[in-house]
Amino acid sequence: MRLFVSEGAPGCLPVLAAAGRARGRAELLISTVGPEDCVVPFLTRPKVPVLQLDSGNYLFSTSAICRYFFLLSGWEQDDLTNQWLEWEATELQPALSAALYYLVVQGKKGEDVLGSVRRALTHIDHSLSRQNCPFLAGETESLADIVLWGALYPLLQDPAYLPEELSALHSWFQTLSTQEPCQRAAETVLKQQGVLALRPYLQKQPQPSPAEGRAVTNEPEEEELATLSEEEIAMAVTAWEKGLESLPPLRPQQNPVLPVTGERNVLITSALPYVNNVPHLGNIIGCVLSADVFARYSRLRQWNTLYLCGTDEYGTATETKAMEEGLTPQEICDKYHIIHADIYRWFNISFDTFGRTTTPQQTKITQDIFQRLLTRGFVLQDTVEQLRCEHCARFLADRFVEGVCPFCGYEEARGDQCDKCGKLINAVELKKPQCKVCRSCPVVQSTHHLFLDLPKLEKRLEEWLGRTLPGSDWTPNARFITRSWLRDGLKPRCITRDLKWGTPVPLEGFEDKVFYVWFDATIGYLSITANYTDQWERWWKNPEQVDLYQFMAKDNVPFHGIVFPCSALGAEDNYTLVSHLIATEYLNYEDGKFSKSRGVGVFGDMAQDTGIPADIWRFYLLYIRPEGQDSAFSWTDLLLKNNSELLNNLGNFINRAGMFVSKFFGGYVPEMVLTPDDQRLLAHVTLELQHYHQLLEKVRIRDALRSILTISRHGNQYIQVNEPWKRIKGSEADRQRAGTVTGLAVNIAALLSVMLQPYMPTVSATIQAQLQLPPPACSILLTNFLCTLPAGHQIGTVSPLFQKLENDQIESLRQRFGGGQLEETFDLKAKTSPKPTVIETVTTAGPQQIQALMDEVTKQGNIVRELKAQKADKNQVAAEVAKLLDLKKQLAVAEGKPPEAPKGKKKK
Amino acid sequence: MAAAAELSLLEKSLGLSKGNKYSAQGERQIPVLQTNNGPSLTGLTTIAAHLVKQANKEYLLGSTAEEKAIVQQWLEYRVTQIDGHSSKNDIHTLLKDLNSYLEDKVYLTGYNFTLADILLYYGLHRFIRLTQPPQPPATTTLINEEPLTWRQNPPPARRLTS
Repeated sequence: MRLFVSEGAPGCLPVLAAAGRARGRAELLISTVGPEDCVVPFLTRPKVPVLQLDSGNYLFSTSAICRYFFLLSGWEQDDLTNQWLEWEATELQPALSAALYYLVVQGKKGEDVLGSVRRALTHIDHSLSRQNCPFLAGETESLADIVLWGALYPLLQDPAYLPEELSALHSWFQTLSTQEPCQRAAETVLKQQGVLALRPYLQKQPQPSPAEGRAVTNEPEEEELATLSEEEIAMAVTAWEKGLESLPPLRPQQNPVLPVTGERNVLITSALPYVNNVPHLGNIIGCVLSADVFARYSRLRQWNTLYLCGTDEYGTATETKAMEEGLTPQEICDKYHIIHADIYRWFNISFDTFGRTTTPQQTKITQDIFQRLLTRGFVLQDTVEQLRCEHCARFLADRFVEGVCPFCGYEEARGDQCDKCGKLINAVELKKPQCKVCRSCPVVQSTHHLFLDLPKLEKRLEEWLGRTLPGSDWTPNARFITRSWLRDGLKPRCITRDLKWGTPVPLEGFEDKVFYVWFDATIGYLSITANYTDQWERWWKNPEQVDLYQFMAKDNVPFHGIVFPCSALGAEDNYTLVSHLIATEYLNYEDGKFSKSRGVGVFGDMAQDTGIPADIWRFYLLYIRPEGQDSAFSWTDLLLKNNSELLNNLGNFINRAGMFVSKFFGGYVPEMVLTPDDQRLLAHVTLELQHYHQLLEKVRIRDALRSILTISRHGNQYIQVNEPWKRIKGSEADRQRAGTVTGLAVNIAALLSVMLQPYMPTVSATIQAQLQLPPPACSILLTNFLCTLPAGHQIGTVSPLFQKLENDQIESLRQRFGGGQLEETFDLKAKTSPKPTVIETVTTAGPQQIQALMDEVTKQGNIVRELKAQKADKNQVAAEVAKLLDLKKQLAVAEGKPPEAPKGKKKK
Repeated sequence: MAAAAELSLLEKSLGLSKGNKYSAQGERQIPVLQTNNGPSLTGLTTIAAHLVKQANKEYLLGSTAEEKAIVQQWLEYRVTQIDGHSSKNDIHTLLKDLNSYLEDKVYLTGYNFTLADILLYYGLHRFIRLTQPPQPPATTTLINEEPLTWRQNPPPARRLTS
């Protein structure tokens, strides 16, 4: 037989590694062909490697060739191997070829490459660690290992692409890479040039398209039913029988919560929302809601927990907003702080304290940290040229200047970027600059600013990260972002601004300046704690006893992973630094982005008007939590998940269990005589409960929610198979069996109510009231499944927990809140439409003008919608759409916002 | 055809009496079979091969090393190429390749009917229905202008001495 290979074809790796198996059984010749040679006569597209068999047949699939070599050596096919190879061909390969193409042909790096394969890598890692075997299909190395190793080797041989937290994958990969056949195949194919050796081949390949929608997915990883040992079953039964008496006494509530020596002290923060924006669902899931689930879980574990958050109130945007609304900055903050607090209260967020950053404590602590940094030589002074408007008597932030673009001559270029040519502009280079507020011409002035000397602190930071990261639960994206900042080298960062609304800088010559928000916003956590208790330092200067978890979206990682730790390390005051930095990816809205200016998406204050209860919102947002990858909010999916998971699965099970007790046993939990089948169920539930704990301890919130649904699925199946409603009418033995099944089911429902508490606190309390669950069992969750509703326990009145969501209800909500698709077509058409009629730019935007513009936008929006509904002429629609967009732009300008926020950046 | 329906049809044609229940996973609706004793199985061809073994018809997976590898190669082709592509162009190329491969063959492995034939038949079925109105009986419907040999009067499956 003859093997055709090609320089740099990745498929040659597994094939060569497997070829050794066939040695001595058949003669193997190897021919090298070009990457575009068609070896197989019946295939239109070139394909290598190819094995031509002595019969004349061709094997053109890499796995099939490897399989053939293994079959020749006497190996027998099995289901598990088939499953791995099918997964490799359908899931891993598309992701991997995209990643290799980005890396080798397009020269992309880091997350751009890793992002497409992370899910697949995690799948392998989980499978390996779950089955507890060193190899994919058992105790010995086999076909599946070789095929997957060969596919992954080009990427993973670079340690940058083998995430260290995937430890099972790590050791599997190392084991195989050191084996002789694999080593030799790697040398032959990669020729010690690393992944670049694949370039000649990959260049000739079409760009792989990552399968549609693959990047954004809300689907869970599959759950496998584990096999149970007799021992596990026996342990589960013993724990169950002990029941309520194994519960420890409830911790007394403290106020204020302070660290206790010898206990686990958990300090939880959620990124401080910026005060002048109403948060949208993406903001809510990213920090406050995620942190809330963990805080509630932490309390269920009886850990000593403090959860805090507050509004971030200083900065330019607040000043502008105040001007718009004709209020003082303080009044604006007071107003919006209440709006925020109300939204979070509605979402049932269990803050121990929800504070704000505009307090004397903030000034005191920020200035203290600054003084310590200054004394220790970590603050630099430098001169910066900046535009100053004499009329407004202030320095202008970039986005408050407009002028002629120095590159293309466009008249309305913004101070940071030209909308026409797209180039980035340094505001002082603008020709004919104008102050956006008063339209007078600003002048260039040099001004002194203070810089945090990050390069000088870099070494301390690295030492600290080296101690903190291993074994911690920092999310992969947080590790990655922090590492890439360090790799590029830290630069001095400006920490002052020419503003009035901020923390004053306590230094001569800086009286009219304040600290830049990103220097003092993270200090907000400390000052908020200080306003909560005068003993705040027991939390914040106590790194030995306090475990600090910080929740945020990934754009906030640099401030929490780099800047604040540097400030705190430089201040040398024994500050508590973050132990676990938990960052989410982004949540999209119906395949687009949330956009306040375009009126797209659901914002915190609107969620309450939908008629959908807060717990349903919590459930769905947590179900699609962008954990590990971006995800998308979709109305249809919300309906689907509510109706299938909550109504048909969870709600149905809990309701049935309770109803059987009421209807068949007069509201008293019946006697339970466990059969071996019931004992197995106990053990399965226990295993799933332990899995839930493992996941939540690692803050894998979305995955842990799946465990709850899995248990209730087990429960439904159990009821379905045992049919207590039939047995209750049967013989004495049948009736006893009906009792056991009902009793066990209602106890599972009780367990679910506690597991559900972090996710859906109101539903949890409702179930517990319906079942009359004894108080200690409501607030403590152990790692074992206990019988908390013993025979004879009387339950309360049972009623349905969830309501069905109807299609037309959801459809009308979707229309009310806008859909991404609709907006995208707007944008596309606007680009091809003729230049819209220019309406005089509003120079001074008072609240009345803004209101007038808003009305016009609404009116124009209706016109467009009507035209679309009538299926009017395309050009006509495009012209009206263009008008609408122009109006929206004016409105944005009037509101002092850039028309469209740049993608993925946050103004901080 | 949804994968679950396809697997149920396969069960019937294999003579398996008790129908399995399948769940679907992910956006591509990959079938999952929950087996009684042991972990679940995921993936169309994985489950199909499992069913064949359950029905004691291993010969449908090929009898020599070469045949076994060829069967698996075409099963992989089914899930990656036939299910993976949907543009007209891709389908045309794919049908042309298959046609040229089958020019001198009765079945995908040559002369023996295997699981690969069954799953490719199911997989190609949707293209046939798309290109031709459903009047002629399925067995004589043409996929393309040129008939595929393996679709013309297939001889009955023969059992090999294994």
